[in-house]
Amino acid sequence: MSKAPLLQIENLHVRFKSDRTVHAINGLNLHLQEGEMLALLGESGSGKSVTLKTLLRLLPPKRTEIDGTVQVNGTDIMTLSGTRLSAYRGGDVSMVFQEPALALDPVYTIGDQIAETVMRHKSVGRAEARQVALDMLTRVRIPSPERRLKNYPHEMSGGMRQRAMIALALASRPKLLLADEPTTALDATVQIQILLLLRELQREFGMSIIFVTHDIGVAVEISDRVAVMYAGNIVESGSTRDIIKDARHPYTRGLLAANLHGVDRGRRLDTIAGSPPSLETKPDACSFAPRCTEARPQCLRALPPFFAPSPGRQVACNLEEGYSPASHGLTAAPAIAC
Amino acid sequence: MASAISPLAASSPSGTTVTAPKTRSYWSNVLRRFLKDRIAVACAVILLLLILAAIFAPWLDLADPYRGSMIKRLRPIGTEGLPLGSDEQGRDMLARLIYGGRLTLLIGLLPVVFAFFIATVLGVAAGYAGGWVNTVIMRTVDVFFAFPSVLLAIAISGALGAGIVNSLVSLTIVFIPPITRVAESVTSSVRSLDYIDAARASGGNALTIVRVHVLGNVLGPIFVYATSLTSVCMILAAGLSFLGIGVKPPEPEWGLMLNTLRTAIYVNPIVAALPGVMIFITSLCLNLLSDGLRSAMNVKD
Repeated sequence: MSKAPLLQIENLHVRFKSDRTVHAINGLNLHLQEGEMLALLGESGSGKSVTLKTLLRLLPPKRTEIDGTVQVNGTDIMTLSGTRLSAYRGGDVSMVFQEPALALDPVYTIGDQIAETVMRHKSVGRAEARQVALDMLTRVRIPSPERRLKNYPHEMSGGMRQRAMIALALASRPKLLLADEPTTALDATVQIQILLLLRELQREFGMSIIFVTHDIGVAVEISDRVAVMYAGNIVESGSTRDIIKDARHPYTRGLLAANLHGVDRGRRLDTIAGSPPSLETKPDACSFAPRCTEARPQCLRALPPFFAPSPGRQVACNLEEGYSPASHGLTAAPAIAC
Repeated sequence: MASAISPLAASSPSGTTVTAPKTRSYWSNVLRRFLKDRIAVACAVILLLLILAAIFAPWLDLADPYRGSMIKRLRPIGTEGLPLGSDEQGRDMLARLIYGGRLTLLIGLLPVVFAFFIATVLGVAAGYAGGWVNTVIMRTVDVFFAFPSVLLAIAISGALGAGIVNSLVSLTIVFIPPITRVAESVTSSVRSLDYIDAARASGGNALTIVRVHVLGNVLGPIFVYATSLTSVCMILAAGLSFLGIGVKPPEPEWGLMLNTLRTAIYVNPIVAALPGVMIFITSLCLNLLSDGLRSAMNVKD
């Protein structure tokens, strides 16, 4: 048996309460080993960002109901509060946001912002914190880092800002980095640079990364393992290679088919017909069934169980019913650690 | 390990030999842009002169602003020994105008400064906390908004009685609501931005976030708005004195002087108008200065 996972999410439910209730996450289970890079794949509204924000307890507490356990390094983060929560956020787990132009404070220099985080978590003086900031900017390969320390966010390009954001997130050496579509706001050439940088830094620091994206190409490029989300739950997960070669869930297959590579001019692109469910009611059957071309009567009656067609894989689809059920929907398989 | 990462290596020269213009800090940028604005600089110079004259009035070898003369009443400008003439009691107008600047500027600026601090605390608290805190603070502020500011100032001053301290208090109360309103709206727009979430995600507690990231972003706009209120405050203060519920005679104060010289408007109109001219110049300069500050502090262009 491999050692205890770094992150362990069990049966997570997140509901947003207001005039109407939105069931954003419905019974999500997820494990992550140390040093593992997981891509969380799914379309808009499938609950990827909500999962990340739950991990950092960033959701507004008054309007959010959270059930289930989330353990990081053996600590149940739902019990954290006050200074321990502050130490956890940014110390054990930190986050890179989608739009670096908005996630950096416009009135402070990059150096000040990184130094502030370092001073908070490492209890060191300002001079030493600035040294760490300089070191971090060098590590994320920003040219002439001394000068960039004194730059304001609006004086830098998009790719540069995202590098600075990564430096900020990694300054206190977290064990887990959450990346919320960090390359969506960047152009294609910068995008691949940032992806490679993240992968390199991940090896350098030995941390784990959860990488949220809706771009399957990006997921393939960077991750060890892929989890596909749909309507607030993971419908399929497995190693990146397995998912690409042999996608089992009809939704994953649809996502893989709906890309632009090898498409002839004039031919209609493959798409998945229909649109995602509204999530105003808690799903009690397969959420994808209404759009699924292979749906069976039982798909509309009850939630499909998880099956494990091969080690390290799990698929929530009735088409797989020949295989043994995955234990409690968990990836307790040996093959996950890369 | 790094060998597989060729695109990266190409994009990032390892040395720091890149030559680029030295980046200026934010405030030196603001100063540079402000100095380009001729009108604002001229206004700043005039205000500075007025303030310096007011501060150093006792050392300027002026006549006694309180000592009148029954013979030399209402002399025109340019009379020997009385460069700006004399008022209805024969007191030197130049001395009275300069000494009057002390009180006028004081009760013109202090209420805005006090209101700036109090209203920033209230507005930021309301904007950041939201919910019922916001409701309580902002609805209370709205009550004060229901009265026209002049009427409110007169009412409070009238209730408290005449005097310098009382007019300071009443003017402070008058200026808290508008600044609070601005502080609240700026704060609640900043609160929902990504970098506040990012600060929380990197472990900042509420106090740090408010102190560093909220205040850092809202103080500028609030400050500029408050500067634009100083001219209004000066005029209001002068108005209170004019009505006899502000500064008491024989203290020299521009509004009060305007009131007492009112009776001489047909005898010596130019001298009678001088306090009004001072009020006009000062408030105009304050307005133009705050305009210049606003455009100089706007980074996002």
